[in-house]
Amino acid sequence: MLSIENITQSIDAWLNRAFSPSVATVLEGVLVGLGAITFFAVLGLVLVLMERKVSAYMQIRLGPNRVGPGGSLQTVADTLKLAMKEGLIPDGADKFLFNLAPFMVIVVAMLILAPIAFAKGSQLWDINIGILYVSAVSSLSVIGILMAGWASNNKYSLLGAMRSGAQIVSYELSAGFSVLSIVVLTGSLQISDIIASQQDGWWLFKGHIPAVISFVIFLIAVTAETNRAPFDLAEAESELTAGFHTEYSGMRFALFFLAEYVNIFIVCAIAATLYLGGWMPLHIGHWSGFNQVMDYIPSSLWFLGKTFFLIFVIMWFRWTFPRLRIDQLLDLEWKYLLPLSLFNLLLMTLIAIEGWHF
Amino acid sequence: MIEEVGTTELGELVVNLGPQHPSTHGVLHLVITLSGETIKKVEPHLGYIHRSIEKMCESLSYRQFIYVTSRMDYLSSHINNHGCALCVEKGMQIEVPPRAKVIRVLMDELTRLASHQLWWGAMAMDVGALTPFFHAFREREAINDIMEKTCGARLTMNYMCPGGVSFDLHPDFQKEVKAFLAFFRGKLDEYDELVTDNVIFQGRMEGVGYLSREAAISYGCSGPTARASDVSCDVRKLSPYEVYDQVRFEEVTGTGGDCFARYNVRMGEMRQSMAIIEQLIDNVPEGEFQAKTKAVLKLPKGEFYSKVETARGEFGVYIISEGATTPYRIKFRSPGFSNLSALDHMARGHKIGDLVAIMGTLDLVIPDIDR
Repeated sequence: MLSIENITQSIDAWLNRAFSPSVATVLEGVLVGLGAITFFAVLGLVLVLMERKVSAYMQIRLGPNRVGPGGSLQTVADTLKLAMKEGLIPDGADKFLFNLAPFMVIVVAMLILAPIAFAKGSQLWDINIGILYVSAVSSLSVIGILMAGWASNNKYSLLGAMRSGAQIVSYELSAGFSVLSIVVLTGSLQISDIIASQQDGWWLFKGHIPAVISFVIFLIAVTAETNRAPFDLAEAESELTAGFHTEYSGMRFALFFLAEYVNIFIVCAIAATLYLGGWMPLHIGHWSGFNQVMDYIPSSLWFLGKTFFLIFVIMWFRWTFPRLRIDQLLDLEWKYLLPLSLFNLLLMTLIAIEGWHF
Repeated sequence: MIEEVGTTELGELVVNLGPQHPSTHGVLHLVITLSGETIKKVEPHLGYIHRSIEKMCESLSYRQFIYVTSRMDYLSSHINNHGCALCVEKGMQIEVPPRAKVIRVLMDELTRLASHQLWWGAMAMDVGALTPFFHAFREREAINDIMEKTCGARLTMNYMCPGGVSFDLHPDFQKEVKAFLAFFRGKLDEYDELVTDNVIFQGRMEGVGYLSREAAISYGCSGPTARASDVSCDVRKLSPYEVYDQVRFEEVTGTGGDCFARYNVRMGEMRQSMAIIEQLIDNVPEGEFQAKTKAVLKLPKGEFYSKVETARGEFGVYIISEGATTPYRIKFRSPGFSNLSALDHMARGHKIGDLVAIMGTLDLVIPDIDR
């Protein structure tokens, strides 16, 4: 059966046969790096196309349909266009920070990709504090956005960056507490452990209502953290034209754009890992027949299916909701989501201690 | 002259919103003074699309000048033309045939519907929801198709003329309007589900941009903007023209004075417009669609004023005639200009996002303000 696990193992075996172990390790590192960058680019292209198609069908349009079959090469054409554009730096901008900001954002997005398990046995780095690492690194992206807003020497950019700072720092809390409630259940921060603990059912179903609540809070919080509508205040097209990336053009803009979509993928992948079992197929308790049938579907398909479903949900949010105001956004976090997630964590701890989950 | 770039002495940020900005819907230039995100002052700067239409009208004949007014408030060009035609008819004492009167009212109300549809989409876009814009355009397209068949135009109609209307109705007109009404009634409920009942939308609208009754009157606001502050100012009710005194409809007013009240007044007006069209669509009298008039119109010496209710408020036409074939002076009273003047009053103390929402509920059309 074709699965990513077999491919990676065969490559590993072949390299170890052909070269000495130390050379093989280096070569594997290079391969993985190239793979990650390719994956990154392809992911961006696919997600941008998906967003345009989803929005088109919600808005009674067809979306891109000229370049390639069904418009599938539209984003490739757009990327080429952006690559050929002149990257302008506005007068009075802080050139160093202005150039650094998009790379900061993209590097952060790439770093978070490391501990994510794409399929059974396909994980770049199974660090034992995986989830903590993800939470810690993801909050770095706000620095890139603040840098971009500050260095642009544009008031709209500055306002966008200000909003973004307040927003990401606030919603980090709720997202963190939601993650903690699953960590309490599994007793481990390691991503492979979290997935393994969902062998007999996903936490969304096993963890009673608190798991559902924390899933919903997590989805809201990560939507806010990735600056997506209805929380896209940092960009707020109708208010701040394009917010923090107003002054960016060419490839620098493309990097911001790419980072946004990769961030969406990452947060959805983490939501899928925590609540929907990552690459783990849908298993129900001791129904061994059913479980075996489910195992025939490759684990990478399970992972991608769950992740893309969540991405679709987040896109659905964007194309149906109006945007919140900055004070309403902060009210929602500090007055509603944070107390609720604190209380929810308490409930979850009780459930974990008493062993009431399935 | 205020400092347009930089900060004031108090460390407040001065931001130029426009003339090129996605939410000013045209070339409006607002100089806003901000303290953090809070608005301290809003100063509209006008003139970016000033075409001196009033001056142009002085060299055009009484038949010709009506066509220029389509370019003012392009979303209610029928109603602008109507106001001018009424004023010329008043001066010339032309009796408009009953068929033309009913056709004019039908066209006015269809225009009001189309204008409010576009406003609804743009309003939702201002508060960040992009999808309603496309839905609104789908419905507006149906009205434009109906208009195109009868008037030959989709935006600048130039259909009303002194003495009646330029052409008779298209034979399919009644059938198509009825089909549209049946289709749109369902869509209007969909509008409510998608936007009006949305919690985030209500949060963005309620209590924002409060305009008291006194302020609405003193700023000279009219139309839905004033009616949302409980000012009864519908020209169709207060000084009915054409057949408005013979149809049953309600003047929609609100008491809130905030953005949500203005929103609801416009949504209510769409339903009232549909009621008016329904009453008239089967009762278009037979007969002439245009009165017999002289080839060259000459208004007698004197001053003439007439007013109509556009989708945005009271539109007035004031003609001073010296008895020649062209007017001596023409003054238009455009609703958008007065409504815009209340923006500073409404926006102070709110956030930037609210300013955009308030501008959305004012339904500004910039060529109408600048002329």
